[in-house]
Amino acid sequence: MRSDASRLGFYLLLAPILLWLVVLIILPHIGLFIVSISEKLGPREYETGFGNYTAFFSEPLYWRTFARTAIMSILATALTLVLGFPIAYYIAKLTRGRTKTVLFLMCMIPFWVSELVRTFGWMILLRETGVFSNLLQSLGLVSGPVEMLYNDAAIMVGLVYTSILFMVVPLVTTLDSLDDSLIEAGYDLGGTSTSIMREIVIPHAMPGIVSGCIVVFMLSLGNYLTPILLGGKDSLWFTGMIYTQFITRFNWELGSAFGFLLLGLSSLVVFLGLKLSGQTLSQTMGRS
Amino acid sequence: MIPTVPQPGFAKWCYRAYVTVFFVYLALPLTVVCVFAFNNSVFPSLPWEGFTLAWFFGSEAPYIGVFNERSILRSIGTSAFVAFWVSGLAVAVGTCNAFLFVRHEFRGKALLYMLMLMPLIIPGVILGISILVFSSSAANALEDATGMWFDGLRPGLPLVILGQFSFITTFATLVITARLQKFDPSLEEAALNLGASKWGAIQQITLPFLLPAIVASAVVSILMSFENFNTTLMLVGSDSPLTITMFDKLKQGSTPVLNAVSLLLIIVSAVLGLISLLFQKRKSAA
Repeated sequence: MRSDASRLGFYLLLAPILLWLVVLIILPHIGLFIVSISEKLGPREYETGFGNYTAFFSEPLYWRTFARTAIMSILATALTLVLGFPIAYYIAKLTRGRTKTVLFLMCMIPFWVSELVRTFGWMILLRETGVFSNLLQSLGLVSGPVEMLYNDAAIMVGLVYTSILFMVVPLVTTLDSLDDSLIEAGYDLGGTSTSIMREIVIPHAMPGIVSGCIVVFMLSLGNYLTPILLGGKDSLWFTGMIYTQFITRFNWELGSAFGFLLLGLSSLVVFLGLKLSGQTLSQTMGRS
Repeated sequence: MIPTVPQPGFAKWCYRAYVTVFFVYLALPLTVVCVFAFNNSVFPSLPWEGFTLAWFFGSEAPYIGVFNERSILRSIGTSAFVAFWVSGLAVAVGTCNAFLFVRHEFRGKALLYMLMLMPLIIPGVILGISILVFSSSAANALEDATGMWFDGLRPGLPLVILGQFSFITTFATLVITARLQKFDPSLEEAALNLGASKWGAIQQITLPFLLPAIVASAVVSILMSFENFNTTLMLVGSDSPLTITMFDKLKQGSTPVLNAVSLLLIIVSAVLGLISLLFQKRKSAA
């Protein structure tokens, strides 16, 4: 009797998660794949084949945009790491108690705010009639308005801004767990700041670095708002291309193939990152 | 570079300067958004034309404030509706998942846990299009078979809710599972020994213990739902949530009314964020 009741309870608990994962995650992705390998012959007439994927590789605009998105995302990840590491180190090692909490909170607050608002802020700062342009003019450094929006540098600034928290938080967590006495020991044994950084701090922070990089890369690759708003019409971001195929061109077959390629790249990077660092997904995600 | 090891003054000074510059970089976009909400000009840009509250309360064109701009008010309502359903569903399913993962051993548990984490690594746009494709083909098949209309499966609020729910549930599950793992089962056993029913013990002992995590994850879910853009963009129909409305207005060229909405959003999200932290802190203290 009792075991029957607990079995029933078990199935009742199993039902919602299965419904959620099967109906909203697994089946839609299988559906996406099926659509991506169907070619349109006429209205409501389809044939199975890899035509959409061939179209991707034979049209330079498509694969170049894909490559560009990937390279810019890698660059954004590297920049975020380089810029975020000193901040994380400062928060974890050089501050104590209240200051630490305050600095950490100051890092968090911008990320509770919608990405749209953050991007809007950058538009106000960077555009032709924007704050920076006016500032430069009033300082007499330039003679006319300067357009700083709608170029790759603007996209990069926005991408780094949007994702830096996801680098800083895991780094602070791992650096916090590094015992100061290890660093002291390094100095006692005659290490220089650089060699201690290289041989003690960075190896210890590696799990944090890897999880930060994975998350930042994924977020940049899948970002839509920042490249479209800060990069303008010619931003050539792959998510923008997916949107065009789906909503503007109504070519769902090609759009699904694009979606699958993006998903493939993003999963590959996650997989490689985890393999290289010998971590599991749950460890990495549990941290952020 | 730790406090106990002396460093040359110059290096220390450079480091401090960098940290300062970094926090200025963090604060700058949000600050300008807020400041220009009060500029008495129809463009959110310099020069400064004087202080005004017209972008909040104004009712005469072109100075139509947030509280009189119908499209924005309506989309705030839409967002609130979506957020309510998403957070309710996510917390309910998240709580079930927590009990399943903490209290039960079964074959394929590790696999199921992995699957549960999947939504975190799927880009939001892909999640959106996959649900769009799937629900549309389901709608087509059903309509062909029955001859009836299935509008709920076409882009619109039900799909937006499902799309956001599909990944926010993972966060809710992680937060509530972490809390349930700290629960001492002997408390529940004591309740059972004292004559409580199984369900009564959970209701009286376990759920109150989980409450901080439940509240925190509900708050975080509301925040994430309000801010979600990528998934929503692909699934939205004619009623658009706030972020989509703002995006459309932003593309058309903006007036400071967007700054005013943004300022309100910043305040609300900061407050909600702090609340969720407070609850999580209480959770770790207990």
